[in-house]
Amino acid sequence: MLNYVLRRIALLVPTIIGISICAFAFVRVLPGDPILAMAGQHGVTPERYEILREQFGYNLPIWQQYFDYLWSVMQGDFGISLATKRPVINEFMALFPATMELAFVALLFSVIIGIPAGIFAAIKRGSWFDQVTMGVALTGYSMPIFWWGLLLIIFFSGYLGWTPVSGRIALTFFLRPITGFMLIDTLLYGNWPAFVSALRHLILPAIVLGTIPLAVIARQTRSAMLEVLGEDYVRTARAKGMSPNRVINVHALRNALIPVVTTIGLQVGLLLGGAILTETIFTWPGIGKWMIDSISKRDYVVVQSGLLIIALIVMAVNLIVDLLYALINPRIRVQ
Amino acid sequence: MAATNQTTGTTAPVSGLREFWYYFSVNRGAVIGLTVFTILVFVAIFAPLIAPHLPDVQYRDALLKPPIWDANGDPRFILGTDPVGRDILSRLIHGARYSLFIGFFVVVGALIVGVFLGVLAGYFRGWVDALIMRIMDVILAFPPLLLALVLVAILGPGLFNAMIAIALVLQPHFARLVRAAVMAEKNREYVTAAKLSGAGHFRLMMITILPNCLGPLIVQATLSFSNAILEAAALGFLGMGAQPPTPEWGTMLATAREFILKAPWVVTFPGLAILITVLAINLIGDGLRDALDPKLKRS
Repeated sequence: MLNYVLRRIALLVPTIIGISICAFAFVRVLPGDPILAMAGQHGVTPERYEILREQFGYNLPIWQQYFDYLWSVMQGDFGISLATKRPVINEFMALFPATMELAFVALLFSVIIGIPAGIFAAIKRGSWFDQVTMGVALTGYSMPIFWWGLLLIIFFSGYLGWTPVSGRIALTFFLRPITGFMLIDTLLYGNWPAFVSALRHLILPAIVLGTIPLAVIARQTRSAMLEVLGEDYVRTARAKGMSPNRVINVHALRNALIPVVTTIGLQVGLLLGGAILTETIFTWPGIGKWMIDSISKRDYVVVQSGLLIIALIVMAVNLIVDLLYALINPRIRVQ
Repeated sequence: MAATNQTTGTTAPVSGLREFWYYFSVNRGAVIGLTVFTILVFVAIFAPLIAPHLPDVQYRDALLKPPIWDANGDPRFILGTDPVGRDILSRLIHGARYSLFIGFFVVVGALIVGVFLGVLAGYFRGWVDALIMRIMDVILAFPPLLLALVLVAILGPGLFNAMIAIALVLQPHFARLVRAAVMAEKNREYVTAAKLSGAGHFRLMMITILPNCLGPLIVQATLSFSNAILEAAALGFLGMGAQPPTPEWGTMLATAREFILKAPWVVTFPGLAILITVLAINLIGDGLRDALDPKLKRS
């Protein structure tokens, strides 16, 4: 197993180098001058411009800039945001919990509904429940989530007035973050009204972000379950006279869930991409909105390091999923 | 049933296309999807003839008119008008052209590049394979929408650049698929036979092997078609795709956003158009997968 882990990590090294080159190169070819962008409307004198160029290392050869960048990244220095003048890593750390919380609740929502729905659809294959569930799942899979979010706002916030339109918590509450997760923080403070407010802010964005993963998980669970239900060992268990419940819960479900777990792990990249749209619609202060704002503000340093960090997170999660998969399924390790 | 007339008493093989249609048409959803898609293609081609108004004409006397079933509706505008008085239905009809064109262009682009790289990697293996696949890994490590956004920021916002960005983001899926298929086919007898007859690398790759990997490719192309439409609409919605006043559905949504509570219909219909189009294509994709996957056929 250790051998497998090391081999998998070694395989990632070229990809990580590739990602860092990409993130670095993208930002170099973005139109516009970073120093002029930093100076804003007032502009800079030519002398000051040269000083700034030197200070940020833009006068060095491109490869040297890359290695300098790589070196600082390895020391945990992701640069200073051009717009806010704060270290990128601090901004990221402040915003990431918001996205994590949103993504986690979205994933929870999709797993809690998606897995049972997929299982029942497979058990009752061809029934009206199966057809309706799979119809809904395909619709969810085809959903433009930015429109879906607007529809939910029209209905639940505009028409019914049940949920707020934007933000993480009502402005009347001010809580110093402990963990950065609003639901946990409000509970730690024992502030019940704040918790309810946070929950009401979270619910629509989580549904919107969870919609496509929900559809994917439901479809994947159904097909994995159908495959397992056709296996010889399930037939044997049935032939032995075991109760249908036991056959499904013990023999079929456990094996069917292995590919589903992989699918769930692979949703993380999708969630981070979906977060861009969801956070934009609901003005959710997370890294998705941070990235899109930085792209439109041409905040080079943030775009560069944000891309790098997000890609590294996606890769780390995929690695963990792969390793878990190998842990459950020894056949993978040997290959 | 379908084959009984043709093959009475004999065991003559059913033609591939006929067999395919037999399996495809069993899937009711796929047939519905195909029907809707055909209508959409028809609408897109004849948009100027079908649309009751020009997509860019602003009727200053009819700003934000609701659809005709509403009491305040204007009989001239079936689905109502937008904030500057343009007919929403006409804009949607013209928008179909953009969405289908985007889907088609992106898939063709991603297909050409992805197939080329995938065949190259699977056929030659070694360092060519390692290099190509590592580059694909790097592309796949970024969330697709984020990568497309940054690429569009580099190339400059606009429909054409958005299509290039999306094609680039989708193409690794083709490359991976083709590589795996080529590796599986490469050592089969028919390939060796072709090699012994003196077929060159290019002929072996493109004419001998590639046609035998078509099934999964077609399914992937269908899925990419709907993905491309969704991503392009998302980019349009974020202001990085087609620019106003282009009647692209995502862009229409973006400009209508501030009116969501005042005039829900300006938001509802463009999104519905996206959903219906993408759903129809995904239904076709499911049907194709069932019809082309030999493993599922026998069950």
